[in-house]
Amino acid sequence: MAKIIVVTSGKGGVGKTTTSAAFATGLALRGYQTVVIDFDVGLRNLDLVMGCERRVVYDFVNVINGEGSLNQALIKDRRVENLYVLPASQTRDKDALTLKGVARVLEALKKRFEYIVCDSPAGIEHGAIMAMYFADEALVVTNPEVSSVRDSDRILGMLASKTRRAVQNLPPIKEYLLLTRYIDKRVDRGDMLSAKDVGEILAIPMLGIIPESTTILQASNAGIPITLDNNSEAGIAYLEVVARFLGEEPPERPKKSIFTKIFGNKN
Amino acid sequence: MSIIDYFRLDSQKSATVAKERLQIIVARQRGNGGSRALDFFIPKLQEDLLDVVKKYVEIDNDQVRMHLDKEGDYEILEVNIPLPEEKLKKLQ
Ligand SMILES: Nc1ncnc2c1ncn2[C@@H]1O[C@H](COP(=O)(O)OP(=O)(O)OP(=O)(O)O)[C@@H](O)[C@H]1O
Ligand SMILES: [Mg+2]
Repeated sequence: MAKIIVVTSGKGGVGKTTTSAAFATGLALRGYQTVVIDFDVGLRNLDLVMGCERRVVYDFVNVINGEGSLNQALIKDRRVENLYVLPASQTRDKDALTLKGVARVLEALKKRFEYIVCDSPAGIEHGAIMAMYFADEALVVTNPEVSSVRDSDRILGMLASKTRRAVQNLPPIKEYLLLTRYIDKRVDRGDMLSAKDVGEILAIPMLGIIPESTTILQASNAGIPITLDNNSEAGIAYLEVVARFLGEEPPERPKKSIFTKIFGNKN
Repeated sequence: MSIIDYFRLDSQKSATVAKERLQIIVARQRGNGGSRALDFFIPKLQEDLLDVVKKYVEIDNDQVRMHLDKEGDYEILEVNIPLPEEKLKKLQ
């Protein structure tokens, strides 16, 4: 059964697109048929982070409007098998997405893919609702910072109320916390919220912690998802997120690991 | 002691302050009961209740007041729906 995963946050600029690209690439690296969809209509970015901006011809809205076929719009990644990108349109406004249209495209994708990753736009308006509506699972991307945590809490409220699973009284969306831009040193000094603090406040399972890292900017400059960079701590952390998502215990890391503090020693 | 000294953060780590503030914000955001579910169940209940009342009397949505309170272990839902006189007369 295909699974739909929304990457969402409420607050802008916290790392949703970075996460969507890294996570989808990680799933494909593990052999799963994966597509990542840009729901940020009007402000598309995922194509840049995935490095396929020059290959965009048709987009999500074109497919919804029947101006191009799904096959024409899907961009196959050149580096990773099984990985596809469905770009957003650059010109339309957010209302171009309709529940009916989105449902139709997702149904078609479900026949072909095992994982459908939806990169949500910021905010709690139409676009964000479209991205979360059909989700089975949610990655709530949060920075250790007050406004981001508050917005994540609001998004959790929406996941529990404004989505298909909530409206149809189905089992609720599985929610996971993904803490990004984490700076160990600042947490140790007591001037940044710790993973434990954020975990306690939001009270959902933690899928991983991504450190603040300059390699993320370099990767997005080059259009390479960070999970393809074997030397990046952030890339490794995202691979661990994928492993944990797939229900595995990622291997013990040699360095002192922030995970042992949060998840306890696995022995 | 000046006001600034009083508010100086170094008596308490800023992350601790952030956590305390967030706990209050989040509790408020989730309604009195501290539960997300309740927050979303109430608006739905409100809509359903109004639909039933509307089957009998025309009412103005803006006039309806609902309030959720907590007393000990109970949540108390207070619903206030004014029934306009002239609409009621038509029914009699
Ligand atoms: N772990 C990290 N370390 C350093 N920089 C990061 C990290 N994660 C994301 N960034 C940077 O933060 C910026 C915003 O990231 P991104 O575009 O992924 O956020 P977003 O949530 O998708 O934003 P928007 O709400 O605008 O869609 C980018 O410049 C990205 O390179
Ligand atoms: Mg984005």
